[in-house]
Amino acid sequence: MEASHAISEAVKMIKPNVIAAYPITPQTHIVEKLSEYVANGEIDAEYIRVESEFAAISACLGAEATGVRAYTSTSSQGLALMFEILFVISGMRLPIGMTVVNRALSAPINIWNDHQDGMSCRDAGWLQIYAETAQECFDLTVMQYKISENRDVLLPSMLGLDGFTLSHVYEPFDIPEQKEIDGFLPEYKPTHAVLDPGQPLTLGALGFPSHYMELRRSQVDAMEGSLKVIEKVYKEYSEKFPVQIKNTRPEKYYHIEEYKMDGAEIVFVAIGSVCGSIKDVVDDLRAKGEKVGLLKIITYRPFPMEAIKKSLKSASKIAVIEKAISPGANGPVFDEISSLLFEAKSAAEIRNFIVGLGGRDVKLDHIQKIYDMTKKSQGKKQEWMF
Amino acid sequence: MKEIRLHGRGGQGAVTAASILAVAGFADGKFTQAFPAFGVERRGAPVTAFVRIDDKFIRRRDQVYNPDILVVLDSSLFKVVDIAGGAKKGSMIIVNTSDAGYKIEGFDVKTIDATKEAFAVLGRDIVNTAMLGAFAAFTGLVSKDAIHDAIKEQFSGELANKNIKLVDQVYEKAKSN
Repeated sequence: MEASHAISEAVKMIKPNVIAAYPITPQTHIVEKLSEYVANGEIDAEYIRVESEFAAISACLGAEATGVRAYTSTSSQGLALMFEILFVISGMRLPIGMTVVNRALSAPINIWNDHQDGMSCRDAGWLQIYAETAQECFDLTVMQYKISENRDVLLPSMLGLDGFTLSHVYEPFDIPEQKEIDGFLPEYKPTHAVLDPGQPLTLGALGFPSHYMELRRSQVDAMEGSLKVIEKVYKEYSEKFPVQIKNTRPEKYYHIEEYKMDGAEIVFVAIGSVCGSIKDVVDDLRAKGEKVGLLKIITYRPFPMEAIKKSLKSASKIAVIEKAISPGANGPVFDEISSLLFEAKSAAEIRNFIVGLGGRDVKLDHIQKIYDMTKKSQGKKQEWMF
Repeated sequence: MKEIRLHGRGGQGAVTAASILAVAGFADGKFTQAFPAFGVERRGAPVTAFVRIDDKFIRRRDQVYNPDILVVLDSSLFKVVDIAGGAKKGSMIIVNTSDAGYKIEGFDVKTIDATKEAFAVLGRDIVNTAMLGAFAAFTGLVSKDAIHDAIKEQFSGELANKNIKLVDQVYEKAKSN
């Protein structure tokens, strides 16, 4: 099955009450499948076909505020159009789950994969997790609701998966039984204030300078505190649903996945589906006796600083491979890792490799070249692999 | 690992063929991966799709640059696309053509008149399932039964039956070639 359908299957099994989606580009097969499921009765949800992504996310906001489970998915320009409401949702602490099929932003017009859309929403107060495989798409979709809806979290979440490079790939994954998913993620019972005509109240009201900062702070505290909740949910899921198909996901989900990091002196850091190709290159290099590993980031917001710091402790050279760029600065992950290394007083050399923008294929040769340059300390701090 | 590249034109079903092949290979107990190289989606434009078949989960996500097998749904594409580009020497190229003597220097060319067969069974020139019948016969990498099952997953009712009939017909033709 296609990875986008792994998401549709997971969304079906978490039993959302409201699905709101804009059906035209940039949209994916995810909501196409979901609309079929609603039409044939496999999902008992209100499916709202809206006129824009701004309306889709607003409909989710309204629905979730009444205390039901809401879902939407989008990509690139669609996510950009949602931008304003993203902050409203996180500020109102509504635990909406969304899938972002990561695609480039125009101009020039481009429908293909990179991470610019998701990374540009980094500071919106949403949890962000990224999948490498179809199996991870399924698993993390189920987990994102459990995390978001946790009483100590109550923050919306985005699951990112690579457009086309993963979303349109047919590959095997395992789907657990519905009753087991029900046992893991029970029916949604809101623990926050909900809109109810019988008990009128205002949500998302004006926050004067006298209160705004405190409310922002509580959001930040919830985000930081969510690290522990996420860890617990990852652990519970990994135990309840052990690996069925080898190599399709980590044995034990954690904020990061460490691949052949034992004794690794040179370390790749990356996010998303490109990690699959990197793992193959790491295997080749290890077979030649090279001390190399991969640090894959799954939880990106909250940023798992301690886990990353610990993982990079013995690395002497680090290559951060990114599909996003902050023009005038660096890739966002590079800057954040650099800051961690500074904090840890690490002397490791760190380089930023920009790859795969606008769907440019990331070949194994690219990754090999990144390794060679990193090992020989060649090139500038920021290098683009065209 | 076997790497396969399919070349077709928009509307011929190359992308669907790749996904059917992946589902069929998986049903046969192998690990598979299929994905298209999406361009601007329009009828008649050159389309490329990729399939990998292995005995373990396939992690790499780059496109197929050095295919072991090429499947060409429309032989007129040879004039517009460097089809054999990057293909390993001696690779099999399965071509939809009425010219049974079709040859490409350095490659193991197999021909099938899929357009004719598709017209006879489906009444239209959508040749993807016909090419899968030929693929099963020429390569033995997937079984005909698994292709049947994958077609039933993709299509329903009469359309599935007709496509299965087409696969069988082409399979026999290719086997007797």
